[in-house]
Amino acid sequence: MDKIMKYLCALLDWIDARFPLTKLWNEHLAKYYAPKNFNFWYFFGSLALLVLVIQIVTGIWLTMNYKPSAEDAFASVEYIMRDVEWGWWMRYMHSTGSSAFFIVIYLHMFRALLYGSFKKPRELLWLTGMFIYLTLMGEAFFGYLLPWGQMSYWGAQVIISLFGAIPVIGDSLALWIRGDYVVSDVTLNRFFSFHVIAMPLVLLGLVFVHILALHEVGSNNPDGVEIKKKKDEHGIPLDGIPFHPYYTVKDIVGVVVFLIFFSMVVFYNPEMGGYFLEHNNFIPADPLKTPEHIAPVWYFTPYYAILRAIPSQVAGVFAMGLAVMLFFFLPWLDRSPVKSIRYRGWKYRLALTAFTISFLALGWLGMQVAIPTYTWLARVFSVIYFMFFVFMPFYTSTDNDKPVPERVRYP
Amino acid sequence: MHDGEIDRHRRRFLTTAATVVGGVGVAASSIPFISTMMPSAKTKAIGAPIEVDISDMKPGERKTVKWQGKPVWILRRSQENLNALSSLNTEVRDPDSSEEQQPPYAKNEYRSIKPEYLVVIGLCTHLGCSPSYVTAADQEDLGPDWKGGFFCPCHGSRFDLAGRVFKGVPAPANLVVPRYRFVTDTRILLGDDTGTG
Repeated sequence: MDKIMKYLCALLDWIDARFPLTKLWNEHLAKYYAPKNFNFWYFFGSLALLVLVIQIVTGIWLTMNYKPSAEDAFASVEYIMRDVEWGWWMRYMHSTGSSAFFIVIYLHMFRALLYGSFKKPRELLWLTGMFIYLTLMGEAFFGYLLPWGQMSYWGAQVIISLFGAIPVIGDSLALWIRGDYVVSDVTLNRFFSFHVIAMPLVLLGLVFVHILALHEVGSNNPDGVEIKKKKDEHGIPLDGIPFHPYYTVKDIVGVVVFLIFFSMVVFYNPEMGGYFLEHNNFIPADPLKTPEHIAPVWYFTPYYAILRAIPSQVAGVFAMGLAVMLFFFLPWLDRSPVKSIRYRGWKYRLALTAFTISFLALGWLGMQVAIPTYTWLARVFSVIYFMFFVFMPFYTSTDNDKPVPERVRYP
Repeated sequence: MHDGEIDRHRRRFLTTAATVVGGVGVAASSIPFISTMMPSAKTKAIGAPIEVDISDMKPGERKTVKWQGKPVWILRRSQENLNALSSLNTEVRDPDSSEEQQPPYAKNEYRSIKPEYLVVIGLCTHLGCSPSYVTAADQEDLGPDWKGGFFCPCHGSRFDLAGRVFKGVPAPANLVVPRYRFVTDTRILLGDDTGTG
């Protein structure tokens, strides 16, 4: 036994002389000090990583049987579902994974809004995260065309037309994206390329940068206190604990609970009542007929509701784009000296509550048929949505924030 | 100039020159990457004119055909439909078809060559969904004054029976009338209008 350990140590020394294995392990896990007061909201970063892995692995296997052509795409997905061994599981893991990805990312982002994780010195961390979010939207959009069902087809038609609405360059831009005068085989083929190569590569690169930025600046925490300000004689933050084993073990618990819920969907309710896999997408794409009721998948509906609420094409598209882009400016819109909601005054609490309700309400409205009452409701919630950002410099700088403690409160 | 001394001016010049030349090279190589994504010669070639037989159409009936991958509607309008059009002039955004959404020969009150037959591309000018054909008799809850027309399920845009867009909906323009001509009284050639106009 001792002899084996000796050889293993020698092997490690051999590797360390050639590759910084131990150094990487220590810097990012064993000697990476994270605040000791993480709570429930801190599960979603590692869960996002898990879902990314699930999507990449199941995606590779789906690609083995999927055919990216207008002629064969729909049939090849059905072939995967019926004839390929475990093909249904691969496909449901992937489709459930896409919704799960947005669920954990939205919760991950909401955590940042709760505890001010986007504020100085984590502005770049927030920006790289926003780029991940944008890339993920692109990835989801490209992937959604691939089954070549009715919703795939008309969803792509609508979203590409959004670019067509941009003044002057719009028409050429839409033509360039489609590569054809309508959404066609050409479009499907390139979306496949984007979905399986371009976007995943960008996503992986951005995730790498995101984690690097996080480990440089250190994690925020529910108290919004910088733990690096109070260190012991060895230079270790007093309120920090090594990520491994403390948080690796905590995150594994999160993974187990997450996978229980995830499996429940995959095995018992993969369509999730039409929210994860829309009913109309089980009908092959028909370029002559738009389904009676079309709506994007749930994770895009808040923006879709904003688009629909505005009775002007260009203004609607602009508002929709702005609704996403405003998140980028949060670090500079928020003027409060306090990070965490625990020490914020009533104004930010009220604003965040109103914003959260608006976001959820818009998400629901975006799935409904646009009857006039709903259109008016969507207008009201859109206004609240934008007010959250536009008035942020004013209400955060005049808020009655509470004093922030020197150290994190634990437990 | 002595041996071992660094000539910073020369170094900066070389760095700048290399960066500029390299940058131009990178910019130039973006051309094929952008151009490859435009429609190919094959894609451009598809889209030849097609002939449609309309001899079997009854008044009020709509026919949908696929041309250049898009739905094209041919609607046979009744005299009642045609009479109703002028009463909608104040409710539509572009009653006189001033915007170039049709060939010159379809720029008239019926937006067609023969008043009876409307030929339009069946894609909403908002975001490209294909609207539904809703007659005045259909119970679709489009109001008691609905005289028949098209309703887009995606974002609620409405068009009258000449494909003219109503005010207060997201679609910015009238439905597009493609180039077409009558080969005979009962046959329409879509996509070619030589010899007309």
